[in-house]
Amino acid sequence: MPRVYQAPASGPILRVRGLLYSGFGHTKDIMAAVDKSEQAEPAAEGGIRRRDFLNIGAAAAGGVGAVAFLFPLINQMNPSADVLALAQIDVDVGPIQAGQAIKTMWRKQPIFIRNLTPAEQAAANAVDTGSLRDPQTLDERTKEGHRNWLITLGVCTHLGCVPLGAAEGEPKGEFGGYFCPCHGSHYDTAARIRKGPAPRNLEVPEYEFISDTSVRIG
Amino acid sequence: MSFPWAEEYKPKHPFMRWLDDRLPLPRMVYNATGKGYPVPRNLNHFWNFGVLAGLALVLQIVTGIVLAMHYNSNADTAFASVEHIMRDVNGGWFLRYLHANGASFFFVVVYVHIFRGLYYGSYKAPREMVWMLGLVIFLLMMATAFMGYVLPWGQMSFWASKVITGLFGAIPVVGEPIQNWLLGGFAPDQATLTRFFSLHYLLPFVIAGVVILHIWALHIHGSGNPTGVDVKSPQDTVPFHPYYTAKDGFGVFLALLLLAVLVFFLPNYLGHPDNYIPANPLSTPAHIVPEWYFWPFYAILRAFTFDFILPAKLWGVLAMFGSILLLFFLPWLDKSPVRSGSYRPKFRMFFWILILDVLVLGWCGGMPAEEPYVMISQLATIYYFAHFLIILPVLSWVEKTLPLPNSISESVLHGEAAEAAPLGAAPAKA
Repeated sequence: MPRVYQAPASGPILRVRGLLYSGFGHTKDIMAAVDKSEQAEPAAEGGIRRRDFLNIGAAAAGGVGAVAFLFPLINQMNPSADVLALAQIDVDVGPIQAGQAIKTMWRKQPIFIRNLTPAEQAAANAVDTGSLRDPQTLDERTKEGHRNWLITLGVCTHLGCVPLGAAEGEPKGEFGGYFCPCHGSHYDTAARIRKGPAPRNLEVPEYEFISDTSVRIG
Repeated sequence: MSFPWAEEYKPKHPFMRWLDDRLPLPRMVYNATGKGYPVPRNLNHFWNFGVLAGLALVLQIVTGIVLAMHYNSNADTAFASVEHIMRDVNGGWFLRYLHANGASFFFVVVYVHIFRGLYYGSYKAPREMVWMLGLVIFLLMMATAFMGYVLPWGQMSFWASKVITGLFGAIPVVGEPIQNWLLGGFAPDQATLTRFFSLHYLLPFVIAGVVILHIWALHIHGSGNPTGVDVKSPQDTVPFHPYYTAKDGFGVFLALLLLAVLVFFLPNYLGHPDNYIPANPLSTPAHIVPEWYFWPFYAILRAFTFDFILPAKLWGVLAMFGSILLLFFLPWLDKSPVRSGSYRPKFRMFFWILILDVLVLGWCGGMPAEEPYVMISQLATIYYFAHFLIILPVLSWVEKTLPLPNSISESVLHGEAAEAAPLGAAPAKA
């Protein structure tokens, strides 16, 4: 006959979803129960044994602990504080003449800062945006009051090469902007993709003019 | 091998049957840590410490791999890269403190594991290989811990590498060339740091390999038990799962709790502040000691202060290595047929004296090399060797041991004959 644990009239009672159990039985009873293993303990009303509760509780606590430990192991690979501290730069754009561009570094990636000539701005504005792969106007890619300043990442949106066209004497591609020599992507004077495999325009980073000649990127 | 009554792995799901026929990995797990591995039913919590040591190894490897992603084994930047881990890397302080204190945790549980083996005679036939492989693991651990301690390239790192490689300089004739070969120069420098990093990364995996052999050898005859009496019938065992997975799980819970206290509240308690000063080859710290887990051996090293046929320096080194190598011969030094210290009253007394002796050695090892510590180290060193070379052999010859229980189940049930008898059999007449 299976032994049924029953709560004595006095003594602490643990109630778990219809499960009644109180304290430990006599040592001898426990030793006898060990041999018969789990079968010795019957399912109480509701079909859940004390051991089920313990198993679920222990596994849940262990699982939460494991995930909590996993988090720093994964998070340590994210950019560290010293890398993030370099994620903002100030650039003095005063010396850049119209028609010139400079390359600088931001987050270990090249940034192109280009002072567009009125002709280049006009060329960019003359394009029907509906015909573009990644439709954007020049106004959407520059700041109010600083329409001549085109600031983009110097990273081709195809596979990440640095396009040519920022430095003096480099080929600017068929549309007078940038040309990526890796797989032949052509960007126009607003650094929009016009021809070749790149899917998107050169990315415009977050930036603001903190004075007429000083830009804060990031 | 297992006991004939071990439950056989019988996969129910068709996929598990398919897998079992091709790669019986689940079968291996079942037979090693599952229902298919019967274990003496009377193991106490001292039998938790093998699992805890395994856990510590995994913890060290996991945190170590992660730290190696940020550490820089360059003599000019190593120190700064460790500070970078502490200050800049996301959760880097946690990972480094866990790794540094994890080493202490590893040694704590391994020392308990070793002394468990010493008390219960776990080194005796037929488990000599288990014991000796364990000692190999211990030696590898010491090498790994030492080289890991050098990596931050602080003052203690630098001088530890100089002093410890200097031990090899004690060897006659070839000593100095060996020391220079180990260092890759005349003093610790770039070459030393790079090779220590390489080996510090390699050795834990060698340890893992020897651990597999250690467990393999263990599973041939199965775990010992507090009575030291062999398993005789199914009544003497319970399946590993769920009984010992649960018991080990409880031990793991408590041990991790203690480790967490160390990591979160006392992370530098076991370290040495001098190691937060960058390595300086021109200045030795005033008081140079190794990490606590080397103290007993360090005390033995320093106990030899006089030349006797051989130079004192060489004696110290020989005694230090000898104190561990000696343990390889323990199964043949202690010939008593009774395994467990529970049934050997005199052995038990000397066992506790040995514990005290090792603690005294450890205490002296952490103190400056001055009187009275040198004198105490010398006496404690003599006792250490006497315990293994004189007391144990003599004891096993003259000691009158207590009567052993007939079986594990009898000892568990405290002579309740009806319970101890095999199922269905009449209780034995007393």
